[in-house]
Amino acid sequence: MAERFSPGETVRIREAYPPGHIRTPVYVRGKVGVVTRPFGRFRNPETLAIGRDGYPEKMLYEVRFLQKDLWPDYRGSGSDTLLLDIYEHWLERAS
Amino acid sequence: MRGPHDVGGLEAGPVETEAHPLTFWEKQIDAVNALLSQKGLKRTDENRRYVEMLGHDAYNCLNYYERWTASLSRMMIDKGVLTQDELDAKIAEIKARLGADAA
Repeated sequence: MAERFSPGETVRIREAYPPGHIRTPVYVRGKVGVVTRPFGRFRNPETLAIGRDGYPEKMLYEVRFLQKDLWPDYRGSGSDTLLLDIYEHWLERAS
Repeated sequence: MRGPHDVGGLEAGPVETEAHPLTFWEKQIDAVNALLSQKGLKRTDENRRYVEMLGHDAYNCLNYYERWTASLSRMMIDKGVLTQDELDAKIAEIKARLGADAA
């Protein structure tokens, strides 16, 4: 199945707080970043975590954030970045 | 809303980077974990969910392998692989044995 997001696309991380095993850190939820590349499809850790088989697989992306967008009191360079691996169902279009 | 494991951006003090040897029981729980995986009784993500469900107090006072022990024992009870009574009986038996050894 094709990727829903392409490299260079601006995305917002879903601002949701469901219970369970979630691999999207809280500090990045609701923040905006840019997709840098798709990694491929992997079994869903959220359903693996409740004893299911993890299918259907979910596309995993590398997403780049500016550090200053993540931390209100960030004192480093304005061009510092952070790369995170985020599953497709946690991404929304934001352009 | 933020699990005890999800500490990105929080004050956490210095990170201890010195390697330390594993104790025998830590190797034992690692072996139990590997065996349960081989037998298809658990998945890594399940273990993570149970560890994260410990809550802030327990999570922060247990060490790494103590969390695994709490997680795996509860998971096996939930799955019906063992019962709380069996676990309690075994713990009492080992306590008695260790107490006798110490005396």
